[in-house]
Formats: sequence, C-alpha cells, structure tokens
Amino acid sequence: MNFEDSEQLRRRDPRIEQIQRNRLHPLHESLSSASTIVRGPSGLLRKNPHHIGFMGPNGIKRIDRLAGNGPAIGRGQGAKKVTSEAPRPLLSVEQPEQFVLAVMDMVGGRLTAHDKDVLGQAQQLATELPAQCAVVAVVFGAIKEKAFELAGVDRLIHLSGEAYEGYCPEQSVAALQAIDAKLHPRFWLFPDSVHGAGELGLRLAAQLKERPATQAWQVTLDKTVFRGGSGRSDICADTPRLLLLAEECAPPVEETRHEAKPVSELREDSVPRALCRINDGGQVAVDPKQISLDEAEFILAAGNGIQDWAQFHQAAELLRATEGASRVAVDDGFMPRNTQVGATGTWVSARAYIAVGISGAVQHLQGIATCDKVIAINTDAGCDMVKRADLSVIGDSQEILAELISLCEQRQEKGVEHVA
Amino acid sequence: MLPDVKVVALVSIGQHVKSGRFQRADQDARAVEMGLKLCGDMLSVVHAGEPGEPVLRRYLGAGLKALTVLKQPADADVVGPLCEYLSEQNAQIILTGSKAECGEASGMMPYLVGESLGWPVVSRVADILKVNDGEAEILQALPRGQRRLLKVRLPFVASVDSAAEAARQSAFGPGQRGCIHSVEVAVVPDELRTRWTLGPAKKRPKRLAVVKAKSAADRFKAATAKSQGAGGVILQTETPREQAQAIVNLLLDEGLIR
Repeated sequence: MNFEDSEQLRRRDPRIEQIQRNRLHPLHESLSSASTIVRGPSGLLRKNPHHIGFMGPNGIKRIDRLAGNGPAIGRGQGAKKVTSEAPRPLLSVEQPEQFVLAVMDMVGGRLTAHDKDVLGQAQQLATELPAQCAVVAVVFGAIKEKAFELAGVDRLIHLSGEAYEGYCPEQSVAALQAIDAKLHPRFWLFPDSVHGAGELGLRLAAQLKERPATQAWQVTLDKTVFRGGSGRSDICADTPRLLLLAEECAPPVEETRHEAKPVSELREDSVPRALCRINDGGQVAVDPKQISLDEAEFILAAGNGIQDWAQFHQAAELLRATEGASRVAVDDGFMPRNTQVGATGTWVSARAYIAVGISGAVQHLQGIATCDKVIAINTDAGCDMVKRADLSVIGDSQEILAELISLCEQRQEKGVEHVA
Repeated sequence: MLPDVKVVALVSIGQHVKSGRFQRADQDARAVEMGLKLCGDMLSVVHAGEPGEPVLRRYLGAGLKALTVLKQPADADVVGPLCEYLSEQNAQIILTGSKAECGEASGMMPYLVGESLGWPVVSRVADILKVNDGEAEILQALPRGQRRLLKVRLPFVASVDSAAEAARQSAFGPGQRGCIHSVEVAVVPDELRTRWTLGPAKKRPKRLAVVKAKSAADRFKAATAKSQGAGGVILQTETPREQAQAIVNLLLDEGLIR
C-alpha cells in the first residue's frame, strides 16, 4: 500500500473523541458539529433535513443518533468512499519441473472469455499435478492484453513479427513443435473455437501423431469427458496430452495473481522458419447485406424516427453496415421482417450498433444486450436507448445522417486520391 | 468448370441433431456440391464404411453417377486405408467436411490425410474461386461472416465450412439408379476406442453468476443492478457536423470503417 492510500484512511483521534463526549470540556462547543436545528426568524425551531446524517464508508447515508456526541467517524472531509480492493495474493513458480501449455485465441489482441476458461482449466491441472508445475500461455501476433497476471499465466511465450501476421498456421505449428521439443509439456490445451487456436491444436496433433480430445468439458488428470458428433454423445476416456476444450470447461482464475514472466529460453529466432505453402491474400470486402444479422459485426438500425428511408439505406451502404430495424419500422412496412432486432426478432451480437430514431423498448434492448458499443441517434435525451448507449447524439436524425454521409464520402474521396 | 483438375470428395454419414436420424452430413454434402461446381461429372466421391448404407443413395441423388465405398466395419480406424487409397488416385484437390456428425467428430480427418500425403490443408473453405496454372484461389470463412482470400498450389486438402454453398436437393430416382462401387481394403482396428465409454450427452451444468460482494450494500447493488451501461457520452449542444464526427471517430477506433 503506498503513502497516498494510507492518507485516505480515516484515523481516530481518541483525544477529540473524548472531548466530544464530555459536554463540560471547554473545547466541546468548538468541536461538536453545528446543530441542524436553528431558531428561525419568527421564533420557530427549524430543522434542515438535508444536513442530517453523513456519508458512510460504503457510500450510504448514515444518521448519527448520538447527536454529535459519538466518535467523529465519517464526518467532514474524511468521509470519502473507500474503494481500494485488496490485491490478489501472488502465486509464483520458481523452478517449474513440468509445464501445462495453453495456446490462446487472442481475438483482437485480447484474451477472450474462452481463453480465460482454458487458463482456469490449466491452473486446475497444474495444481493437481504432483510436481511443481507452471502454466505457460502461447500467444501469436500483436497483443493489447495487459492482465495476463490476473488470468492465471505463470509464463508467457509471445511470438510476433512478420512471419506471424495474418493467416500462418504452418509457421505457428512449427513454433509449437519447437516449444514441444524444448519444454516437453505434460498437457497442451487449446480453446475449441473458430478463432484459430482450435485449428492449430488439430494441426499440432496431426504433426505429433497424438489423438486429441475435442470439445472436452470435464477434465481431470486421469479422465476426460468430451462431446461426440452433433453434441449427442459424451465420451469418457483417459486424458490425452492434447485437449481442445469447450467453452465454460472450467471457471476462470479469480482469486490469485500470477507472474506472467516471459520464457527466456524461447525467442523468435530459436523457432525455425516453416515452409509456408498457404499464401494469405488478406481479408476480402464482403457485401454487408449478405451477412446474417445475428453474426454481423456492425449494424445500422432504423426505428420510428426515420423519415427519409432512401437516406438511411445510403448511409448503411456507405458505412458498410448491415441494416437492422426496430419492430415499429418493420410493422409499418419500411423494412423486411428478417431485419427486426430484439426479443421477437434477431438477437444480435455486433461490435458496434448504431440505433437511429429507436427509443429503446425493453424487447429491443434485450436483443442488443451483447453488443459492445452502442451509438444512439435520437431527438429525446431521456429515452432508454440513450441510457444504454456508449455514445448518444441528440438531434434530428436526418441532419446527422446527412453529415455522416458527407463525412464518409469525403473519406472515400481521400482514400481514392491516396491510392492514386 | 475445370475438367483437367481431379477432385475427390470424401463423404460420411450424418445425423440429425435433434431426431438422431441418419442423413447426408451437411458439410460433406456442401463439399460434394463444391466438387460438382469445380469439375462436374469428373468428381469422384469416396466413403469409408458399409456399402449397403441407405444414406449413400442420398448423395447419389444429388446428381452423381457413381460412388466408391472402401469396405470398413463400424469400429475400424479408417484413416490409414483411406490415405493409402487416396495416394493411388492422382487427385489434386481433396474436399472434406470440417467435422463429422457421428462418432468422435474430432475434425482431425483432413489434417491426418494432409499429413500422410504431405499436402497443405486449407481449413474452413467457403468457396474455391478459380484454379490457374496449378494455383487455386480460395475464400476462407472467418467468424462474423467475413472472408479471407488464400492462394495455394495444387495439390491440397480443403475442409469445407458450413458457409459454403448449400447442397442441391437429393432426388430419390437418380439415387436408386446410381452405382456404388465397393472396394476391399485393409482393416485397422481402433484400439484406443475400445477403452472409451460412450453414453448419451449429459446436460452441462449452467455457470452461475456468483456474487463475490464483501458487504451487504454490494450484495444489494448486485441483486438490483440493471444491465444498463455505466452511462456513455451524450452530445446534445454540438452541431450535427461535430456529432457525426464523434460517431466516425468511435467507428475508426473500433476499426469498423477504413
């Protein structure tokens, strides 16, 4: 705990408390707080209700029934909310004898919830193992994640650089093989997902000639239960060395802090360059209208507040956003039924959702509950959508959409000039 | 249509998720569709299992003249004999589904075939755009409906994603008229599998949201909190231009517009 924190802590002064209890003390008058009851101009006793009580340590108002004669806790400037959390205890592994390796998805450079579950499972296996065991996370490409320590990573292998950009499964598997030869891990854990780490797990299993368990959801040192085809059967088997774990296979690490030290023996130059037979041509621009609403990344949704529908469609096309609609817009016949967002329509999971002229009915807010960033364009600053939104713009939707369209057109022109 | 490229599609027996009825495996049927688009009648389709399986007729009903079945009992490890058979076929593109619908369904098959033949494996293929001078341009399906362009030299193994073009309808008559060639190959028993116990899928426990509040006030807050955000930025007095600029800036931060 640093010095600033200790200054915020309230200290009791026993002498002042004693004076406050003793009404006969000569300093009592000056130290006891001013009374909230005063005699008004007409001679009546007036009580100011706003000055009764004080803010307690949890941010809740407390009324002091001792009429100022109790200890001076929580009164005056000292009554700040105490929010500092105790840091988690640090678990360090000095000389690991065995390793559990976990390869991470790292969508957008950050650990996903699935990654954290996998790390939780890795920590569980590490504590079950009799020897000193470290959980090593393997991460490819650029990273933005800062909290590896809190997710349960004892050691970190971060491989980045030109060879690991884009789609490069052959190079990544070569790196994993080099790691396997160096550390001889007891377990390899992968999230069984569509984001890439699951594929690496299958490729590594084919290279190492191991038989992995996929969609594993109950893993101990000896036995593993994993889902068979179509999710219709459970298979119980001896735990293999390679595991592709299902979502929510184990609770994420929440109680402890770990070191997340980089592994010194492994660097980029110690990994051989693999022969890359698959060339990455980069992402292709996809027509946003072809993307189904439930998996769309970016949605522009229209509601009752839209007057100019041609302008809305133009804006969606320029922003390359998938079109959505509220129930009212669909019922009035402006948008087709399959674009309806909400509890009665599609539950969307977009990373950005722009709601134009949608006030935010409960059903609609349920439908966008998992959206990351919500932007509201509305005339009413008090509506529920504005309360939900990360950025709200209050004004006429037609004007704002027109400005948005002109901005996008400007950007496109600039882009064309830049290319030319 | 590329009649000079030899394409082999591997098919398996699928199972309906809810009813458990046997059917064409969805991704395998899409692989056959992709093969038909690439080389029409020249496509050869291979299955490893029982030749008498009625579901195979449904694959034939989608416009195939014939289908090759490598005779394998239900508990055999088919990968070894299958790879041996494929290495004799002079194929240039092998299409498979990404994951089976019955049995273990680990999704290892394309990688094992690729490893044994020494060919690159392209996963989650949505479409094969063209094959020029022995190099194929492939669209790979990414999450959220996105696509990535890949270039691979022939030969290669491609595992077809559910985002690929849907299979055409299967007709009963052509299915009955189609030919099933049965081929005798070696049988390798799957020993590891005999040690497994297989049962119907158990319902997985739902994760509970455990409130780790230290004080009564925190517990009360956790119980009554609404799922609303902490309150975002509200732009009320700015001009429409500034407001639009704020939206564009946020979208740029998220990397959604370029």
